[in-house]
Amino acid sequence: MIEIEHLTRRYGDRTVVRDVSLTVGRGQIAALVGTSGSGKTTLLRMINRLVQPTAGRVLIDGTDTATVPAHLLRRRIGYAIQGHGLFPHRTVAQNIATVPRLLGWDAARIRARVDELLDLFQLPPVEFRDRLPHQLSGGQQQRVGVSRALAARPDLLLMDEPFGALDPVIRASAQADLRRIQRELGTTLVIVTHDIDEAMALGDRIGVMDQGLLLQYAPPRAILTDPATPFVARLIGTDQRPFHLLSLSRVADLATPGTADGPPVAPDASLRDALALCLWSGRGALPVQGGGVVTLEALRRAARPGGAGADP
Amino acid sequence: MAAAAPARARVTLSRPGVLFAAIGLAGLALPLVQFRANRIVAGEGASLPGALGGWGWIAAAALAAALLVGVPARTPARLRLALALGGVLVTVAALGASAGALTPPGDRIARVSPSAGFWLLGLAFALAVADALARIGLAFRQRWALLAGAVAVVALVLGSGLLDDVSVMREYQARRDVFAREAGRHLLLAFGSLGAALAVGLPLGIAIHQVPRLRAGVLGGLNIVQTIPSLALFGIMIPLFGWVAATVPGAAAAGVAGIGAFPALVALFLYSLLPVVSNMVVGLSAVPHGARDAAVGLGMTRAQVLAQVMIPLTLPVVLAAVRIVLVQNIGLAVIAGLIGGGGFGSFVFQGLNQTAMDLVLLGTLPTIALALVSGIALDLLVAQLDGRRGRGT
Repeated sequence: MIEIEHLTRRYGDRTVVRDVSLTVGRGQIAALVGTSGSGKTTLLRMINRLVQPTAGRVLIDGTDTATVPAHLLRRRIGYAIQGHGLFPHRTVAQNIATVPRLLGWDAARIRARVDELLDLFQLPPVEFRDRLPHQLSGGQQQRVGVSRALAARPDLLLMDEPFGALDPVIRASAQADLRRIQRELGTTLVIVTHDIDEAMALGDRIGVMDQGLLLQYAPPRAILTDPATPFVARLIGTDQRPFHLLSLSRVADLATPGTADGPPVAPDASLRDALALCLWSGRGALPVQGGGVVTLEALRRAARPGGAGADP
Repeated sequence: MAAAAPARARVTLSRPGVLFAAIGLAGLALPLVQFRANRIVAGEGASLPGALGGWGWIAAAALAAALLVGVPARTPARLRLALALGGVLVTVAALGASAGALTPPGDRIARVSPSAGFWLLGLAFALAVADALARIGLAFRQRWALLAGAVAVVALVLGSGLLDDVSVMREYQARRDVFAREAGRHLLLAFGSLGAALAVGLPLGIAIHQVPRLRAGVLGGLNIVQTIPSLALFGIMIPLFGWVAATVPGAAAAGVAGIGAFPALVALFLYSLLPVVSNMVVGLSAVPHGARDAAVGLGMTRAQVLAQVMIPLTLPVVLAAVRIVLVQNIGLAVIAGLIGGGGFGSFVFQGLNQTAMDLVLLGTLPTIALALVSGIALDLLVAQLDGRRGRGT
């Protein structure tokens, strides 16, 4: 668990982060979203003390981070950044082994861990272990960057626009992978993004920042249905609200007993996918794999604030 | 149109080929060697046929043919390379044979020295070799092999006695033991000053990068040193270190002196500092920001960031500096001969004083060879490192 208490950062008389407090529960994902210059990256970098707070403190599992030497603190916190930041002169395996080596793991353990991570990220070790970063595609570099951040099994992972340099198709699958791996490992994750869709897709909670202030810190549904300020509402964009709302719930949550014609929809598909399928095939109801139906009527209700999916 | 096309195809010329042929043919027309009854008197030129008779005509015809084959653009690069290498060897062999033929048997005073014809032929074929190599684009391993092969062939030719009657080799035979010593001294001056410059310059570059306030002052100061003409800097050293040696206790015993190797080393060291320091600074600031940020963010200490990320990534740029400095110092070390520092320069200045050009050449040719080999070897190293790290991909 990480607790941020009244964190402030000033550069001269410019305040970049202003009295921000928030808590991220163990195994949760917090997505910090905002325009550039909103202070979200500075907030993130104060967690592993790449930026020293002017005031306030950060507690990780109850320990004040200021009481630990910065480099030792950082070895326990995963860190992945935009454009991957891989070391160009080191192989994939050496890059991933960075933190384990700093921690003094023995060679056999490091090797096993590297292979395990490469498997986890679907990069066959035999093929990728000894490659240099420039011999990888952008998506592969990014996966190696995240593997490196996870190498020493940190309880906390910080990511700064990790998918910013990827094209949309690869980005979507990278987000899905991250979500899967984060659930598998139970890592607490703080991710900075300027992309509200990414924040919606990943965040258990979303923190919206503007001009150094944390405007709202709440689950995605609350951000959508109950924006704290006009800025938050504007950032989400009114035209996308129903679709964001639908994407937060799964078909299984809305299924009712009954039967319908046509090809079925998977129970863990999002309501947004179900709506798209209804509209595209011109059907008023879809059968759900394993029984039940989801109706267009129910989808329509779920797309409104306070609708059926409000309390899954 | 239809009639003109084949005509145009027939006259397609390789521009470099034309240039090399022009230089080489001019060389054939000029005297290959110069014969002098002794070291000092004015000599008379002798062309290839003039020196070697019938064999000379054959050699001249072969060289001319090799030059002319390179003129059409469609001559393949590998054939160009073979002909050019053959041309170099024939030219050198012709020099040795002419010297042997022109020198009266048993005469140790007569001198046969290379003349304009030899230099032009050598230049033409050397350029043709370089041009052909650039066209072929050899792999690194082949380029290393070629460099080693070239050095071995030169050693073989010199050791075979083929050139023993040529004036420069005559001078060498008279100074065999001194030559080895001065060669060692020359290497010491060039590599010693490089080593010292690296030992001081690399940490200095790191310091400047860490403390940017130092940058303007240090680089400015080194820039000023770089603008002092070498002769002047060597001159400044004489009174300066002479005074230090005379007044500071123990300095003279430690080797400090106004003349000799010490001031020469110091001067070369000073000239080396700017390229080393500035390349180190450039290399450090060119390290990708992401790599640096990640290194700190993953928990490396300052020293670890430097040792494991920053410095390895500056290696190609530092090697480029080493190349600049080494080639520069091998050349500049010649001036050390003027202040008693030894090295090949001592032959050059002795030769100048005695107006004995052969002695000057005895100092110059090994200097050029040394600089060439070092330059090519380091170029290869830099290119290999860059290739491995995927720069420019």
